[in-house]
Amino acid sequence: MNVLPKWVDIILIPLINLLLALIVAGIVVIFIGENPVEAMRLLIVGALGSSYGIGFTLFYATSFVFTGLAVAVAFHASLFNIGGEGQAGIAGLGVAIVALNLDHTHWLLVFPLAIIAAALFGAAWAAIPAYLQAKRGSHIVITTIMFNYIASALLIYLLVNQLKVEGAMAPETRRFAEGAHLPFMHEMMGWIGLSMTKTPMNISFIWALMCCVGVWLLIWRTRLGYEIRAFGQSEPAARYAGISPTKIIMIAMLISGALAGMMALNVVVGGFSQKLVNDPIQGAGFVGIAVALMGRSHPVGVLLAAILFGVLYQGGAELAFEMPSISREMILVIQALVILFTGALENMVRGPVTRLFLSLRRGAI
Amino acid sequence: MSDTNTAGRAQSAPAIELKGISKAFGPVQANKDISLHVAKGAIHGIVGENGAGKSTLMSILYGFYKSDAGEIYINGDLTPIPDSQAAIKAGIGMVHQHFKLVENFTVLENVVLGAEDGAMLKPSLAKARDVLTTLAHEYELDVDPDAVIEDLSVGHQQRVEILKALYRQADILILDEPTGVLTPAEADHLFRILGNLKAEGKTIILITHKLREIMAITDSVSVMRRGEMTATKPTSQTNAQELAELMVGRQVLLQVDKKPASPGAALLRVENLSVRDELGVEKLRNVSFEVRAGEILGVAGVAGNGQSELLEIISGISPADSGKVLINGDAIDIGKTANPNMRRHRGIAHVPEDRHRMGLVMSNMAWENTFLGYQDDPAFEGSFGFMRRENIIEDAKQKIERFDIRPPNPRLKAENFSGGNQQKIVLAREIERNPDVLLVGQPTRGVDIGAIEFIHKQIVALRDAGKAILLVSVELDEILSLSDRVIVMFDGAVAGERDATKTNNKELGMLMAGMAGEAA
Repeated sequence: MNVLPKWVDIILIPLINLLLALIVAGIVVIFIGENPVEAMRLLIVGALGSSYGIGFTLFYATSFVFTGLAVAVAFHASLFNIGGEGQAGIAGLGVAIVALNLDHTHWLLVFPLAIIAAALFGAAWAAIPAYLQAKRGSHIVITTIMFNYIASALLIYLLVNQLKVEGAMAPETRRFAEGAHLPFMHEMMGWIGLSMTKTPMNISFIWALMCCVGVWLLIWRTRLGYEIRAFGQSEPAARYAGISPTKIIMIAMLISGALAGMMALNVVVGGFSQKLVNDPIQGAGFVGIAVALMGRSHPVGVLLAAILFGVLYQGGAELAFEMPSISREMILVIQALVILFTGALENMVRGPVTRLFLSLRRGAI
Repeated sequence: MSDTNTAGRAQSAPAIELKGISKAFGPVQANKDISLHVAKGAIHGIVGENGAGKSTLMSILYGFYKSDAGEIYINGDLTPIPDSQAAIKAGIGMVHQHFKLVENFTVLENVVLGAEDGAMLKPSLAKARDVLTTLAHEYELDVDPDAVIEDLSVGHQQRVEILKALYRQADILILDEPTGVLTPAEADHLFRILGNLKAEGKTIILITHKLREIMAITDSVSVMRRGEMTATKPTSQTNAQELAELMVGRQVLLQVDKKPASPGAALLRVENLSVRDELGVEKLRNVSFEVRAGEILGVAGVAGNGQSELLEIISGISPADSGKVLINGDAIDIGKTANPNMRRHRGIAHVPEDRHRMGLVMSNMAWENTFLGYQDDPAFEGSFGFMRRENIIEDAKQKIERFDIRPPNPRLKAENFSGGNQQKIVLAREIERNPDVLLVGQPTRGVDIGAIEFIHKQIVALRDAGKAILLVSVELDEILSLSDRVIVMFDGAVAGERDATKTNNKELGMLMAGMAGEAA
């Protein structure tokens, strides 16, 4: 039985976990010989202290929203999609194909087509593990991990042998022409007369927010979402209700793959790079797992968790710049601690908090 | 002098004595103040329905669970058993219903596992080989020591489990439903082994719900019902029908007010239905019957005799191997493509036996459970696949009111309702569809008395409206008070059919125990 008030479950416990992670990170910072309070200040100011910082933070967050939603949708069907990395990578290929062929036109044409391409390519990459799970019982965790490696190898092969600019050294496509550049947030702010520092944050962020709403509607308002949740919570009950496990596994994974694929929009045609490079995803697919866990597979939670990780990415980069003794690897340690405490050790805090609330309630009666 | 006295006491002390064992899981009292004596060198049977608390009790004895209260005496000495290592030390061995063997190890490796003599395996294996040869000789426990487990038949795998226990010098053997997966010939062989073990002075506890086995090989028997030990008797002074009554009977006899049935045409016909499980064990053999309009057909039987398979096949959840199911005279699909949705469209509603796993999604709210299975109904599904939440919640409120579901809150999660109210949610969902055929499994399992009466009334009302009802229950009283006709299932087949007004507990108990000849 659920004894905790909702706000404790959704807000208090994640906050306590986050605090614990920061305390442990602070201890590590002390060992390095730096002041943890100063480090914390630099991190937060670096991420949120200026429109520049905020722009970068939300640029990173955009990617994490997509991969987080992808993992969340699969979670509702009790499937653990670890393949966001590969699905997004292959989707990057789809986006690049659209951009390379249509960058002489206009972003208004490229954007919707790139969305479709990202969704199709991402879903297609998720379809094979989904089919193997549904029909052959091959565990989705294993197959999606494997498919990450295949995707990475395939991307390198295509970049080196097909898409590379002739004579160039780097395994990457040519830079897209202006017509494929999605509008940056500072440009869009300019349209309505506001000014903002130039950052890679772009219109994909708005699309990410729309996807949050879309996933919420799908999971809690449609028959399909109802069937996905019923299957995820009790397979016997789903079979009793005439819900085909095969169908749900396939559909949930296709949606998950499509959402992961959207992430490619942000980094391929959204940000500063404007070309498909080797490893365009940079681990965002894996961050999505932590984001979905921390956000409890709810779109609002995913959005908040994605912003938190955006803060860690951007603030961490600033921190590494300001405090040279804190290296890039050190930032990774802090991120890992957050993932550890909010994801893996979530139940560590839940038990004591539940007991505390029970004793408080008993005291009140 | 004092030496012989101690020896005398040890001789007469029971092998196992339990005093006042209690164990609760949350609000469920699985074992209530249980006391038990098992004499040395005896085969003692424990019978009871699923969920009666047999397995919990044995798990306490084997150290898997810690009892909330009570004491365990082994050979007269107070012996706390905090874990299974302590149980093994006390000379207790357990053969689980689901074998705990490493499939790709050999027999020898499995026997030695956890009882190795040192870091090197070879001496242990050599010693085990000797012991195994002796044991095989003594007890007819022949198994090839070098065979890999996954290549062995189920019967042989079970022997390995017994060998494992004997290798650890067990004097007390607990067998949990040992014949559930065995063919009759394998079961006979097992009983010979048990007889040999008994002759060597081993004490055996046999957990089963097959009364014939109890009568055939035990010296004494205890009956458990709802967590309590309701009777312990020498086997010679009881009989199968008495045990059946003790197992399933309920003192509170709720008389259901119902008029005589006026059955019409057959709405549901089942012809020669047969099915085997993945292991090849026959679960249904040539089952045939019909249920007519305005009639309740009760399916009696001890749990596990094919009733669950019957319900799952008719409701389209799992396929049959052969046979026919006809609704209103039309044969419906019972193959691999069978689908519960098609059944629902044909007017079959199903209240499943296990409402927690199947009938409800426990973590979903009540209103989300009031249309489970009917989610494609246009009344509930609007355009673009959106749920018509207002309609569904309004409909849920009406069901809650008509079925007096408490608390009357459609937004409460199913898991937060009591058992009786959970069952009312399922019944409301299925009965309110006004189906032609209603399949009901264990309608009142874990349901309080008040709700039982209400549920029975609803089922009878549906019958009086001219519908066909197939009622599966392990509660004989429920079968007798609700049904118009009764069939009894035993070992996957229909053991007999009776007019409900012209039979009694005794006769049905005989059929349930597989003694059709004596019941005739």
